[in-house]
Amino acid sequence: MSRTVVKATVNGEPVEFLGGGGQSLLDALRDELRLTGSKEGCGTGDCGACSVIVDGRLVCACLMLAPEAEGKRIETIEGLADGSNLHPLQHQFLEHAALQCGFCTPGLLMASKALLDRNPDPTETEVRYWLAGNMCRCTGYDKIVRAVMDAAADLRQEKPR
Amino acid sequence: MSDGNQGGKLKVVGQRPIRPDGVDKVTGRAQFGADFHLPGMLAGRIKRSPHAHARIVKIDASAAASLPGVKAIVTSVDFDRGASGEVEAGEGHTAIREVAENCLASGKVLYVGHAVAAVAATHPEIAAEAIDLIEVTYEALPHVIDVEEAMAPGAPLLHADLFTKGVNPKPDKPSNIALKSVMGRGDVPGAFKSADVIVEGRYTTAAVHQGYIEPHACVASWGADGQSTVWCSSQGQFLVRALVAKILGMPLSDLKVIPAEIGGGFGGKTTVYLEPVALALSRKCGRPVKLVMSREEVFLASGPTSGSVMDVKIAATKDGKITGAEMMLAYQAGAFPGSPVHLGCMTAFACYDVENLALVGYDVVSNRPKVAAYRAPGAPMAAFAVESAIDELARKLGMDPIDLRLKNAVRDGAKTVYGATVKSAAFVETLEMVKASAHYKTPLAKGQARGVAAGFWFNIGGESSAAVHVDEDGGVTVVSSNPDIGGSRASMAMMAAETLGLPIERVRCIIGDTASIGYSGSTGGSRVTFATGMAVVQAAEKVVADLKRRAAETWGCDLAMVEWADGVAKCADPSKDAKPLSMKAIASRSAKTGGPIAAEVSINAQGAAAGYGVHLCDLEIDPETGRSTVIRYTAAQDVGRAIHPAYVEGQLQGGAAQGIGWALNEEYVYGKSGQLENASFLDYRMPVASDLPMIDTILVEARPNPRHPYGAKGVGEVPIVPPLAAVANAVSHIVGERMTSLPLSPAKVLAAMAKR
Repeated sequence: MSRTVVKATVNGEPVEFLGGGGQSLLDALRDELRLTGSKEGCGTGDCGACSVIVDGRLVCACLMLAPEAEGKRIETIEGLADGSNLHPLQHQFLEHAALQCGFCTPGLLMASKALLDRNPDPTETEVRYWLAGNMCRCTGYDKIVRAVMDAAADLRQEKPR
Repeated sequence: MSDGNQGGKLKVVGQRPIRPDGVDKVTGRAQFGADFHLPGMLAGRIKRSPHAHARIVKIDASAAASLPGVKAIVTSVDFDRGASGEVEAGEGHTAIREVAENCLASGKVLYVGHAVAAVAATHPEIAAEAIDLIEVTYEALPHVIDVEEAMAPGAPLLHADLFTKGVNPKPDKPSNIALKSVMGRGDVPGAFKSADVIVEGRYTTAAVHQGYIEPHACVASWGADGQSTVWCSSQGQFLVRALVAKILGMPLSDLKVIPAEIGGGFGGKTTVYLEPVALALSRKCGRPVKLVMSREEVFLASGPTSGSVMDVKIAATKDGKITGAEMMLAYQAGAFPGSPVHLGCMTAFACYDVENLALVGYDVVSNRPKVAAYRAPGAPMAAFAVESAIDELARKLGMDPIDLRLKNAVRDGAKTVYGATVKSAAFVETLEMVKASAHYKTPLAKGQARGVAAGFWFNIGGESSAAVHVDEDGGVTVVSSNPDIGGSRASMAMMAAETLGLPIERVRCIIGDTASIGYSGSTGGSRVTFATGMAVVQAAEKVVADLKRRAAETWGCDLAMVEWADGVAKCADPSKDAKPLSMKAIASRSAKTGGPIAAEVSINAQGAAAGYGVHLCDLEIDPETGRSTVIRYTAAQDVGRAIHPAYVEGQLQGGAAQGIGWALNEEYVYGKSGQLENASFLDYRMPVASDLPMIDTILVEARPNPRHPYGAKGVGEVPIVPPLAAVANAVSHIVGERMTSLPLSPAKVLAAMAKR
């Protein structure tokens, strides 16, 4: 279990933690940094509950080794809101009741953010295919897809292009 | 007491406020089972059987025990071997001895993944290494996976002491058939003799997992004085307390169970797997222990629900009146008795008024994980067979499938086969609304087909507790006794706000642990909004009565002259110069009128009303791959009155999606050696967003439940009952033959299409 110091930026703040062995980025976030908002549903990259954004790319934190985070810019659910102002995605998930148990919600929100960062006006089909890596067993996805579409519209109004 | 029919006057019930725990859940602050951390906490890990069936000859943990960092090792000898009795667990009883044996095997392992030992160590990697160092010597035994093979004479026997119940005289030889369940009425042979039309078929379904995204997780901490705490994700903190305390031989009052947020359960978290093991480890070393299952462990050793084999035969007149039916249901129980086959028998024809019925169910053990409850346990499989057969009947008679169901639908006063009388049922109205829907009237495109199916679930009431505390500033905290699995904090707060006349923003709702609120049954059986909601309303009514008394005292008027409306007490006595007293005004001077204002109510809620659902599924099939795609879906349901309609819609949509997965993709696949071959989300294929269309809902509020203060019926389970047949009926119409075996995987559909 040789461990090395890993330096990265998490939600805009510089962090240092000990990483190594078979430890994933998800384990490091949860166990070393105590950012438990990212969840482990499978540990094999199939469910998306651990979705985070690394240098602008959507990744499953369970599939990335912790030392690979060296020098990277990592966004997690804990950084999605701007202080106490919710992100439009968070707001629309609440308005639409797009969560039941809420366990998949952090991952779905981060995956949705990664989508809207690159495609501000997705079709329903584009939302469904982009989110196909994020399983939700409670909602049947209907309200989630609507929430993402409405959040996209909110963001377009905020930032006219 | 209100009568459940006060629709026009409601101000909060029926609205769609943001749930009280919403912000926690969209910001990552909500703490689920694996999110707790305590100082000095150890990581636990479980050693599991590689065999489907074997005798445990010896467990040698000496090498593991000497590994630095290993603090405790437990096996079944660390449980209370005398533990016995049953615990009420949602929709059935759970035998404690079998739960203990399932948590840690003693004499034999009964399925691949059966737990045999556990380790607690200072680091997860050390715990994993220690698990590999534990040497278990097995004597492998012949195994049996398939339900029909397990029933056959000469099959490998799982339990030498298992004799079929429900057979007279008592059998003298043990069997894998744990129970024969028989029910019926009337003259079934006569009905078939005089029938104009008979349909019959054999239907099978595969074992499927509940598929909650959060794996089982807990932290357990033993105190030196024996007083212990367990934090865990479950559907019932009181159920966990009872099972853990009894398995470890300790008084219930020495154990506090704190419910974490729960990341889905669907019935699968109405038992324990990890909690007694974690506490036994903590008891051995005096440090807190965390145990978390991997997804593979979830598939191997928790859930699933039964696979089934069913023969169904229906007799009808030529104008579509069903005169009689007979059905055989054989359900897999997994390694220990307890499949929901009796519920399958009870629900199979519960939508229909059929005079002559004969049902026989078999509960069959085999070398699979012990089944756990799954949303309307036992009903979806039975409904798959019956609703497919009724679709077949509609085709034979040339009748519209909804008209055929309307002709036979239960109405109030009908007797069910299990003896209950149908009350407050809106099945007819639900069918009529589906028939009148835009979806049903929309013509299908070429290559598409539409499936119709119905479903029933009892819904239950039972024991619940709730407290309402008025804060000094006139706000209110509701303490619920049930884990919030899908938004129940919102409905509890709304019913309290409605009763107290407060805006929803002034009411908060928390979930109490076992030491801070009275007992409650589990979050299961679609009972929380009904039963715990009733306790909340009664507690709020007590608070209102107390507020009125205090106002009367303040004014020096007769209590009968005090009115409570919109959160304000008013005096109707014109002789008094009494200014209205707000909640805040009364609460701020509560010390002068008798002390803090609060009420706790514990009840055994009666009068739960059954629910009925009708689903429509439009579907097309890719002729090259056999892949089915659902292109339009509507779920309609008799919901009594929807307290928070968005969360009720969510139940219908989520249940439909699970049912679609059950119908098209999901199954436990076993190899010859009894290994589960698809224990991952990659290979056990649950529906993802790109697999599904929007799911339209129709909330039928024609018959509010008169036994609930706001008319609520349970809503969570009904929606998984119709989809299996709704999907299969559509597939059958496209394929051109009756598809009788779930899942309707592309390969199976392609093979059926190739034959034609």
